[in-house]
Amino acid sequence: MAEQTTNFKVTIDNITIEVAPGTSILEAARMIGGDITPPAMCFYTPLEGSGGKCRTCLVEVSKGSEKDPRPMPKLVASCRTGVMDGMEVKNITSEKVPDARAGVVEMLLANHPLDCPICDQAGECHLQDLGYEHGKEGTRYEFKRRTFERLDLGPYIQLHMNRCILCYRCVFAANQLSDKREHGVLDRGDHAQISTFIQNNLDNDMIGNVIDVCPVGALTDKTFRFKNRVWFTNPIDAHRNCDNPKCCGEVTLWNRGEDVLRVTARKNKWGEVMNTKDGKPGWICNTCRFDKKSMKDWTIEGPMKVSRHSVINQGHYQNAVKPHETISIVLDGRQPKLLMNIHDISGVNKK
Amino acid sequence: MAQKLLLKHANVPNIKSYEVYRQHGGYESVEKALNTLTPDEVTEEVKKSGLRGRGGAGFPAGMKWSFLAKPEGVPRYLVVNADESEPGTFKDRYLMEFLPHVLLEGIVSSCYAMGANACYIYIRGEYAWIPTILEKAIEEARAAGFVGKNILGRGFDLEIYVQRGAGAYICGEETALLESLEGKRGNPRIKPPFPAVKGLWGCPTVVNNVETIAAVGPILNMGGEEYAKIGVGRSTGTKLISACGNINKPGVYEISMTESVEEFIYSEEFCGGIKNGKKLKACIPGGSSVPILPANLLLKTAKGETRYMNYESLSDGGFATGSMLGSGGFIVLDEDQCIVKNTYTLARFYRHESCGQCSPCREGTGWMEKILKRIDEGNGKMEDIDLLWDIQRKIEGNTICPLGDAAAWPVAAASRHFRDEFEWHINNPECLTRNFGLAHYANALEIETV
Ligand SMILES: Cc1cc2nc3c(=O)[nH]c(=O)nc-3n(C[C@H](O)[C@H](O)[C@H](O)COP(=O)(O)O)c2cc1C
Ligand code: SF4
Ligand code: SF4
Ligand code: FES
Repeated sequence: MAEQTTNFKVTIDNITIEVAPGTSILEAARMIGGDITPPAMCFYTPLEGSGGKCRTCLVEVSKGSEKDPRPMPKLVASCRTGVMDGMEVKNITSEKVPDARAGVVEMLLANHPLDCPICDQAGECHLQDLGYEHGKEGTRYEFKRRTFERLDLGPYIQLHMNRCILCYRCVFAANQLSDKREHGVLDRGDHAQISTFIQNNLDNDMIGNVIDVCPVGALTDKTFRFKNRVWFTNPIDAHRNCDNPKCCGEVTLWNRGEDVLRVTARKNKWGEVMNTKDGKPGWICNTCRFDKKSMKDWTIEGPMKVSRHSVINQGHYQNAVKPHETISIVLDGRQPKLLMNIHDISGVNKK
Repeated sequence: MAQKLLLKHANVPNIKSYEVYRQHGGYESVEKALNTLTPDEVTEEVKKSGLRGRGGAGFPAGMKWSFLAKPEGVPRYLVVNADESEPGTFKDRYLMEFLPHVLLEGIVSSCYAMGANACYIYIRGEYAWIPTILEKAIEEARAAGFVGKNILGRGFDLEIYVQRGAGAYICGEETALLESLEGKRGNPRIKPPFPAVKGLWGCPTVVNNVETIAAVGPILNMGGEEYAKIGVGRSTGTKLISACGNINKPGVYEISMTESVEEFIYSEEFCGGIKNGKKLKACIPGGSSVPILPANLLLKTAKGETRYMNYESLSDGGFATGSMLGSGGFIVLDEDQCIVKNTYTLARFYRHESCGQCSPCREGTGWMEKILKRIDEGNGKMEDIDLLWDIQRKIEGNTICPLGDAAAWPVAAASRHFRDEFEWHINNPECLTRNFGLAHYANALEIETV
């Protein structure tokens, strides 16, 4: 029995750490932090049962454990594989992982509309980060991408199914936060889609949290739609006394000046909704999220600590491979007659 | 003549009925098990028999049973996998439709061994008429005291339920099946935990194929050791093969796994040769998921040895030059068949049946289908062949359940063994009007020994 309380030693990319039994490889890697942490598009710590689906977190287990040192025959999903004592894991030092992961990224982007220029999630999208950090420059996919109708999920939430990566986070969130099961996955395979059953509105008072858990721009806040780019906003931590027992009342306000453009739950550097200081789940209710859009509603705590996953973070893409400058190739030595400097003409940037 | 165990009485009139079945020795194995053996002894017999799962993966049944967790006060279940949706496989259907009591007989002893008081038969939705047959047989067995409370006065209770699926191949994957049985969307679960520890409604569960469980009757009747003497090596007992395609006698055959592939295709006892006097071009020997082999590699291994109809011999040479016995769905293609079209048809199936949970399978199956369609329609590019290879490689081994592998293998094998047929298709627009591939694979080539 004494053994159960001793920690397991696990080595990831040659860095050894001791963790409690029951820790997953991904969690152990996050404790080490930095480049050796696998990307995770579907696993979400606060949501029970999540993970295992997107396959971006695949790693190679080169030694199973001290007792059974055999390597695991296949790459494993680090988010759903527990560490063993003496386990050795290869992520960025593996010969197989980067190739497999680039494959997963290519698959995830195969049917993605790449409409970042008009997507509200741009700038805080995990798929954008994944593409920059682990993808290849182009795609070999030459077919028409699958499309779905845009769907209104009630008064507050817009579903752009085209952008969805079927991570199932919203399904878990809705199941675990609301009393009544209202939405889920219809159909199968690459024609599967998130939807409500028989075009129901999602009117549960906690349903707004599906927006926060969505890693891409598939579920967006209608009250914020097209209002602004996130990198132009000023995030401020704030709280209020919310009388909904499921709501923690601690939020981030995304402001332009005094205008509250958007309210979200607070997230950690992995993009996951954080527990509050006194350990309560960090979910917030629809009232706080959608209706309290005035500074008077809130007690201001101060500027939000900017996370790795935000374009507001300077130098976020500093080391990423820069896309080719294509203009000189396109013009092939000609003068850019038809191109104009839109900054001179447009009034957008003039105060 | 091959020894027949499961299909022994297949030709007896009205063998479907309990009366007739009982007159031919039916349920004697249950009497033997419950009256003379302890549950662990039954498991021991199955272990000794060397019986391997007949659903595709070939995992030893006795070993699976012995992994079953037995916590106090928690029910255990036997789930019989009758989802049989693998293209080319129709052996379980034959058993259930014509010999339902063979399955029930196996179920009673198996449940006794596991200490399971409930068994679910999860049956493919398209087999719409079979649940009635099974339910009638269950009622007959109940009337005779082999199902229900206190069976044979031994204090063992058993209920057997028939549950119809709604027509999804993925619900044949054991954990997707359990989800579906629980009334949820049939998505495979992430393993571990395995069903033997946490299965149906979180309770320890054994999932076995129809044919696996049906074999338990004969095993108990003759004793595990005797059963193990049939067959060869680790391929023990008899196996049902559902043969189809361009052969003279499609149907379900019981083999003792000592027959050569050549004998199976050409002898009158089995397939009766290729239809219309044509030549054999290729064969998918174990259901649509396993690698296709050209005639030369099908009849002989890469070492030039005769290939036999059993687990080891069919997989000799690995995926480079071999295939698998799989579920026993034996699909024969003659010289007129087009491998590109055939591969496209399979890719269409897997794309349609992927549950869509994990990205490589969800997106990869759709992508491969589109490329194969393009080649099939005469719009392919030479690079497509390598692209197909790369996509299947990115799927294989990187998914939650083996459907991803099952979708990758046929594409891999077809482009490995029939590459010049793909190239021919891409270079020759006439493939559209001719609509068949290259016949030269049917002329047995010299096997390059490795
Ligand atoms: C996509 C997929 C479909 C499957 N379909 C079936 C099926 O229809 N019938 C079956 O017995 N096993 C099927 N299997 C295998 C089962 O998961 C499982 O291995 C089997 O039921 C175990 O029984 P056995 O050990 O008796 O073969 C399938 C597996 C996969 C991955
Ligand atoms: S809508 Fe968003 S959260 Fe839901 S499955 Fe799609 S990507 Fe995931
Ligand atoms: S491999 Fe395919 S069928 Fe299996 S879980 Fe993944 S998406 Fe679903
Ligand atoms: S994060 Fe592990 S599979 Fe998606």
